[in-house]
Amino acid sequence: MTTTTAPESISASLESATIKSWKAPIAYAIFTLIAILLFVVNGRDGVSRFRLSNEADVIQLAPIDNPTRLTCILLVVLLIAITVYATWLSSRAKRVPLWLTILFAVAFMWAFLTWAAAGETIPITGLLLGTVALSAPLIFGSLGGVISERVGVVNVAIEGQLLAGAFLSAFVASVTGNPWAGLVAAMVAGVLVSFMLAVFSIRYIVDQVIVGVVLNVLVAGLTSFLYSTVLTSNTPLFNSPPRFPRISIPILSEIPILGPVLFRQTVIIYIMYIAVFVVWWGLFRTKWGLRLRAVGEHPQAADTVGIRVNPTRFWNVAIAGAIAGFGGAYFTLGSVGGFTKEMTAGAGFIALAAVIFGRWDPIRATLAALLFGFATNLQNVLGAIGSGVPSEFLLMLPYVVTIFAVAGLVGYVRGPAASGKPYIKA
Amino acid sequence: MKLELRGITKRFGSLVANDDIDLTIEPGEIHCLLGENGAGKSTLMNVLYGLYQAEEGEVLLDDVVQRFAGPGDAMRAGIGMVHQHFMLIPVFSVAENVMLGHEETGFGGRLNLDAARAKVREISARFGFHVDPDALVGDLPVGVQQRVEIIKALSRDAKVLVFDEPTAVLTPQETDELMTIMRQLKSEGTSIVFITHKLREVREVADRITVIRLGKVVGEASPTASNSELAALMVGRSVELTVQKEPAQPGPAGLIVRNLDVIDHLGLKVVNNVSFDVRAGEILAIAGVQGNGQTELTEAILGLQPRVTGEISLNGTSLTGLSVRKILNAGVGFVPEDRTEDGLVGQFTIAENLMLDRSDRPPFVKNGNLQLGFLAEFAQEKKDEFDIRCESIYSRAGQLSGGNQQKVVLARELSRDLKLFVASQPTRGIDVGSIEFVHKRMVATRDAGIPVVVVSTELDEVVALADRIAVMYRGSIVGIVPGNTPRDVLGLMMAGEVPSGVAA
Repeated sequence: MTTTTAPESISASLESATIKSWKAPIAYAIFTLIAILLFVVNGRDGVSRFRLSNEADVIQLAPIDNPTRLTCILLVVLLIAITVYATWLSSRAKRVPLWLTILFAVAFMWAFLTWAAAGETIPITGLLLGTVALSAPLIFGSLGGVISERVGVVNVAIEGQLLAGAFLSAFVASVTGNPWAGLVAAMVAGVLVSFMLAVFSIRYIVDQVIVGVVLNVLVAGLTSFLYSTVLTSNTPLFNSPPRFPRISIPILSEIPILGPVLFRQTVIIYIMYIAVFVVWWGLFRTKWGLRLRAVGEHPQAADTVGIRVNPTRFWNVAIAGAIAGFGGAYFTLGSVGGFTKEMTAGAGFIALAAVIFGRWDPIRATLAALLFGFATNLQNVLGAIGSGVPSEFLLMLPYVVTIFAVAGLVGYVRGPAASGKPYIKA
Repeated sequence: MKLELRGITKRFGSLVANDDIDLTIEPGEIHCLLGENGAGKSTLMNVLYGLYQAEEGEVLLDDVVQRFAGPGDAMRAGIGMVHQHFMLIPVFSVAENVMLGHEETGFGGRLNLDAARAKVREISARFGFHVDPDALVGDLPVGVQQRVEIIKALSRDAKVLVFDEPTAVLTPQETDELMTIMRQLKSEGTSIVFITHKLREVREVADRITVIRLGKVVGEASPTASNSELAALMVGRSVELTVQKEPAQPGPAGLIVRNLDVIDHLGLKVVNNVSFDVRAGEILAIAGVQGNGQTELTEAILGLQPRVTGEISLNGTSLTGLSVRKILNAGVGFVPEDRTEDGLVGQFTIAENLMLDRSDRPPFVKNGNLQLGFLAEFAQEKKDEFDIRCESIYSRAGQLSGGNQQKVVLARELSRDLKLFVASQPTRGIDVGSIEFVHKRMVATRDAGIPVVVVSTELDEVVALADRIAVMYRGSIVGIVPGNTPRDVLGLMMAGEVPSGVAA
């Protein structure tokens, strides 16, 4: 027995079992059923026109005319085919690929637009242009959320940071007459809210979610109070900020469809493109990002290699606040052109959802924010063209789609391991 | 580099963890710090490493007094540490973990990962490690993770290296390799502090031994001292190192497990086609390195795992798919591996903890009312029987020492009418006195004709208790061997090799 030979060795990795997941086919089937009921059984006649170019564009694309009933039927057949294929994949214990879900979503959305716009014209570029614009505060907010959570502090106060940014940017830009000063003020406002979040959650170890919620209420109350006492006392002086003009970038803005959507925007949107890239690059390619993520994953390990955990958290939460506050300026300097009470209307919470939907990754969170922005703008556009769809239904549908997308697409989500947990040294 | 600790005193509230400790480590020596769990070894090293600030005393390197405000200072002074719980970030690559805290950067703070990879490769080559700089640390086996910790310390030119209980997670073979690495480091002039409570390892590798008990240095010993001398010094009295037991009188098979699979949430088979029998009146020890499916196996027997296929039966009745309540009622006693997490409710009193798994029926509950009088009587009786050292039966369980907590768990489980007893890591982190007690009770349970399953990662415990030994590796049972199997064979089996002559 003591002379041991090693003829057999057991493989060093664990065998995997096959688990059949029926989540995707069930989600597809539900939507296919909805599609059959709405677009075929309750189908409409007419022609739905999708306009792809504006009159001013150099390159003109012909509009697409979809015969409503025929297009709907063809697309619903496609949806059924995708569902059957997904069912077959699942029964063979294979994963349903992401592209299939994207194809399904596009087909469903096309069918929906065709059905909703029977006899009308949908400006596709307008729809997408508005999507990018409306996503801006969500994207800035979610970038702030990603940084804050990656460093280990749950940021429920995004809403408060957006609102504070919106308020202070309107005030400062009006008084100085300079929108750039307003942008800086927005960042300062976001940082101030962050300081409170950081002091209470890091220094005094108060539950981070509770601090965040309280800060949201505080900022909402404070800005409403100052709005009704100060801003409305002299609106031309205090609440008439100059707005940033739309800037068309030469050549790029003439690319069909994409050009008008991406490159005829205000400077806030151009800064957003840069911010998304810089945050992504910073998080995953630089010393700053490595240390930030280390602190959010395993603060004790970071401490043992000489990284000061709590100061790292404090200053990065401040940076997160600056970015989210910047997003708040979009409301006053980019779109509305003045502050109104609680004008962010829950955008901060949608940004928080985008952080999680985007799995704490700046790029994915941006895509998630764009999806939410599309949802909001779809409702605007369909309302404007006066399609026969009830407005309550329009309000609801995009979010329902999102919930199913999250349930069907996002599987096992793992956030930063130490997010929400204060670091206390002995 | 010569390291000297002078008069270190560290208090946590009223508890004195280190009491006026003096320690000198000469350049190029392996100095063992021997002591029981909770003796204050790790606290001392955390003071040395700047993680804790001592109330009194000073640290000297080459006779110069050092002031460490944090681990960063200690590292710059040349002190490296291989932590008991690895200080590695599982979602980072090896290179990222090694560079963290002293990153080389290019333009705009861009990480120079190539330099870090080269460093990992260079140190790996020096010691014959096979570590891929781009592997994610969380995917590596613990033995390799430990090497990453060593590489991390060496990449900062550590002159004094502290190993805090490094062998707890290793197979015997990996332990031998670690000893070789320590000797190699020593020959390069590195001073090594080796913290452990395992006598065998101390005698094998140490140049000098310092013994710590209850926060105080109680003596020095030479590596030639016998096991019982070292143990007596460590515990403060002479201890029995072997468990006294008669040969087993096995009856018919009680617990029968057939083709058991447990699948985790990622779809991996953490227990893979496991079959074994445990007969009445015998102890089957399940040996193996931590994380090879032992936890999931015991939880599957208790009905705590959601995705289980296969057959488990006890005295002819099937337990497969039953609820935990029904399995407990069938007479299964269970000591979970983490007593503070799964074994006790720390905020409850000892008495309440003693009735925790019998809260649904008389005698503890009648018509939905707790029978507090009966409970008090019962708790008092068990306190005496199991020698639970506490102020009263109404003390909170969380305030007890590890050994006494484990006695509470044991008292609760063993006072039921058992048909099977499953104990997972029953002596982890408890003092030698309590270990003796726990071992005696387990043998007594066996002698009462009950099948006993003990899961342990400590080979000493396995060898001391087992009538038969099943070795697990990567979710499978490598083989079931007699209790007197030599340790080196067990060691090979723990690394997944099936020795000839062993029926798998």
